Amino acid sequence: MNNVYLKNIIRFVLLILFQILVLDTVQFGGYIIPYVYLLFILLLPLDTNKSLLLLLAFFTGLSIDFFENTLGLHAAAVVFMAFARPGVIKFYFPTLEHTRGEEPGLSKLGIAGFLKYSFTLVFLDQFLLSFLEVFSLQDFLQTLSHVLINALFTTLGILITVMLFTPQRSKRKR
Amino acid sequence: MRNLLTFFRKHQFFSLFIILEIISVVMLMNSFSYQRMLSFNAASDISGDVFNTYHKMTDYFDLKEKNQQLLEENGRLFNMLLTYTLAPDSSFSEKKVASFQYIPAIVIRNTMNHVNNYIVLNKGKKQGIQKEMGVLSSKGIAGIIIGVSQNYSLAMSLLNTHTHISARIKKNHQLVNVIWGKKQGRQGEVVDISAHIQLNRGDTIITSGNSFIFPAGINIGTIGNFEKSKNHNLNKAGLDFSTDFNSLHYVYIIKSLDKKEQMKLLEDAKNE
Repeated sequence: MNNVYLKNIIRFVLLILFQILVLDTVQFGGYIIPYVYLLFILLLPLDTNKSLLLLLAFFTGLSIDFFENTLGLHAAAVVFMAFARPGVIKFYFPTLEHTRGEEPGLSKLGIAGFLKYSFTLVFLDQFLLSFLEVFSLQDFLQTLSHVLINALFTTLGILITVMLFTPQRSKRKR
Repeated sequence: MRNLLTFFRKHQFFSLFIILEIISVVMLMNSFSYQRMLSFNAASDISGDVFNTYHKMTDYFDLKEKNQQLLEENGRLFNMLLTYTLAPDSSFSEKKVASFQYIPAIVIRNTMNHVNNYIVLNKGKKQGIQKEMGVLSSKGIAGIIIGVSQNYSLAMSLLNTHTHISARIKKNHQLVNVIWGKKQGRQGEVVDISAHIQLNRGDTIITSGNSFIFPAGINIGTIGNFEKSKNHNLNKAGLDFSTDFNSLHYVYIIKSLDKKEQMKLLEDAKNE
C-alpha cells in the first residue's frame, strides 16, 4: 500500500517538473502545448476515493498554476476532468474489474481502450481550459479547433510517456 | 440547515466539485485585468529557484547564440559611441543627468505559446526591482515587471493580452497604442491610428514616453501590414516586434529615477 503512495508522489513531482520546465517552453510549432501532467490524474488507482480524486486534481492544477502564473485556470480544468473520470470509466468499460490499487494504465485497458479513455478526458480538460483562458465565445470555432489539436497532441504525448515507462514484461503479457 | 447538510453528505462528490470550481474561478478573476494582476503578486522565490536551477543546467546549450547577440549589441553601442566622440564639443558642454537606469538581468524562463506569456528574471527586490518597471531587450522593449519576490521578478511579456502600450510613429510623432492578442501570433497590433495617417510597411513604432514605464524613443517594432478601413475613424495595423522573443536571454530592467517626482507633480496638479 505504501508503494502506491510513493509511486504516485514521485510521478506527481516528475510530471509537474517535466511540464513546467520542458513542455511549457519548448516550441512545437503554433500554439501546441502538450499537457502531459494530466497523466497523473489519468493513472490514479481505480479504487481512489472520488472526493480524494477531486482534491488531488485541484492540488495538481494549482501546482501548475503556481508556476505558470495562471492561478485557478488549470485547477478549474483539472477538477472538471477528475469529476468526469469515474463516469467516463463506467461508460467505456462497464464491466471493468480491478484489484486493490490497480491503475487504469496501458496494460489494464489496452492501447485502444487507454487512448479513448485518455483522449476523452484530455479533451474535456482542454475544452474548459481554452474557453476559460480566452474567456469569450468569440471565435468559437477557432478555439474549438485549437482545443481539438491540443487534445490530440496531449494524448500523443501521454501515450509516448506511458509507453516509455511501461516495462517490457507487462507489455508482452497482454 | 440540516437539509443542506444531508444534501451535502448525499451528494458529496458533486458538492465538492462545485466548491472547488468556484474557488478556482474566484482565483482566476485575479488575472482578468492588468490592475488586478498588479495587485496580486504572482512572483515567488520557490518557483524562481526551480526555474533558476533548471536554467543553470541548460544554460550552456545556447551559449553560441548568446555570445553572438552580445557581440552584435557591443558593436552597435561602439558605433553609437563613435558618433558621440566625433560630434562637436558643444554637445558635451551640457551634462544631462540620466533619468533612467539600466539593470541587467538574465531571463530564466520565457513562454511564448500561452494566451498570457510571462518572463521570469533573476533580479528581485534585493536588487531594487519594483513593479511596473520596463523590461528591454537589446533590440527593443520586451515587457513590464508585474511581480517581485526577494530574488526574482516576474514580467509580463509583450505577448500578453493585457499588453497596452502608449507608442508613437517615429516619422511623424503621432500617438498610437500597441496591443497584442493570441490571434496575432508573434505579431502585435497597432491600434488607434487616426484616419488621416498613411503608414507604410517597415515604418518604425517607438515608445511615447507618456507612461513612467519606458523612456521615450525606444523601438517597439515595425509596421507589418496596414490597411485603411473605410468605415472606421481609427485604423489598425500589424506590428512586427523588434524583440525576438524566441532568443531572449539577457534583458535590461529599466528604472525610472524620477518617477516619484513626476507622480508627485501629477498628484499636486490634480489636487489644485
